[in-house]
Amino acid sequence: MKRSISSFAAALVVGGMLSAPALSQTASDQLKDYRDMLAEGNPAELYEMEGEELWVKAAGPKNASMELCDLGLGPGVVEGAAAQMPRYFADTDRVQDLESRLMTCMETLQGIPQDEVINASFGKGVRAPMEAMVAYIVGQSKGMPINVPANHPKEKEMLAVGEKLFFLEGGPFDFSCASCHAVDGQRIRMQDLPNLTNPEGAVAGWGNWPAYRVSSGTFWTMQRRLNDCYRQQRAAFPIFASDATVAVSLYMANQANGAGEMNTPGLKR
Amino acid sequence: MIKKSIKLAGLVGSLALATSLGAQAQALSPQVQAALDSSFKSQGIADKSRMVPDEVQLLCSDQAYFESPEGQKKAIALQDAALKAIKPPSDGNYMGDWKAGEKVAQSGRGLTWKDSLDKPNGGSCYNCHQVTDAEISYGTIGPSLLGYGKLRGNSKEIVEYTWNRINNSKAYNLCSNMPRMAHFNILTEQQMKDVMALLLDPASPVNQ
Repeated sequence: MKRSISSFAAALVVGGMLSAPALSQTASDQLKDYRDMLAEGNPAELYEMEGEELWVKAAGPKNASMELCDLGLGPGVVEGAAAQMPRYFADTDRVQDLESRLMTCMETLQGIPQDEVINASFGKGVRAPMEAMVAYIVGQSKGMPINVPANHPKEKEMLAVGEKLFFLEGGPFDFSCASCHAVDGQRIRMQDLPNLTNPEGAVAGWGNWPAYRVSSGTFWTMQRRLNDCYRQQRAAFPIFASDATVAVSLYMANQANGAGEMNTPGLKR
Repeated sequence: MIKKSIKLAGLVGSLALATSLGAQAQALSPQVQAALDSSFKSQGIADKSRMVPDEVQLLCSDQAYFESPEGQKKAIALQDAALKAIKPPSDGNYMGDWKAGEKVAQSGRGLTWKDSLDKPNGGSCYNCHQVTDAEISYGTIGPSLLGYGKLRGNSKEIVEYTWNRINNSKAYNLCSNMPRMAHFNILTEQQMKDVMALLLDPASPVNQ
């Protein structure tokens, strides 16, 4: 049921393949087929392939590759790394999500200043190659158990902040993340909303992002997903890879901890 | 009993009441405050001050405190203040045009950092509510409004209640998920009248 509604929305946006009269109960089966068809060839693969090349390609003022980047499992270990993030990194003494960690590596290895990444727009400038590398890296955790126990003291501290932020209302609509993501089986228009406060919902949400977004025809990292969530909440603008975004990510990943697998890159409406 | 005594206090002035209540107990932790300060910026019409929760938002962000006796007392006081602050239509006429109301219900535009202030905001009603039979793309966060007027009639009580609920849903249920349409100037008075007609006019598709 849940799945059929998402695919329904996907089909609507993608190609208008189904005209209004077809939007009956039987449409859900057609829509599932449509989603399955798309999933066989997730366009995110193009980003993954590009990211794999970029990972080993020399770039930036230091003309170096990212091959020595430590994503938590040792320098250069990509397989399984995304399934265990966000996590604490001793060298930066910070909890980092995938994108903030890549920012660190791009600066230390390639000489690309972090501000250049923070001030770019999604899909543009130095963000574009980073997003492709995200696609490659999360693809290397596909099928792996989500393992974000948040045992380190710094992780625990950030998890507590993330939980508070998840429930914190603000802005002219009074919305928090929880306004839409704390109850099972709800939706906005036809879009299903995972309940991110329970393990199954958190796996459905966290485990399927980053994803290729059919409606925009682009690959969206988790930072981009969160940015658009905050936009729709009518919040102020969340700064790229800021503590709040990492904390909320840690909360979601930790809710999903041990409850399922990464299915990334996902395929979304 | 509690409600009554707070109502009396409310006469002193809802603003003073809210301030005095705010002095107690609730505040964001230094860690959460630091994360908010360093992580958000103003962009377009979305000012950074949006991340400073008001009394209602702060109370509704903390379920455990909200459910405590002190939190409940505070909730009743804030609801009461919200109800008192609602203004009836300036010309005494509650009903607009249901066709215009349907457009308001359909539109979800406005108030994001990508939006400008030169076009009217939408009410985003369909995002969360079933409203008419014809529109099958509706959300389920709020209750279905199908047959709203047909089921309830349009007595003075129902008309006033519906007006109040659109103006500030939190006057009846402090932590309702529904935005405070008048309090934050999300909708104009005329737009709210049009939504009233959508819900209550016997000719509206809501009531067929």
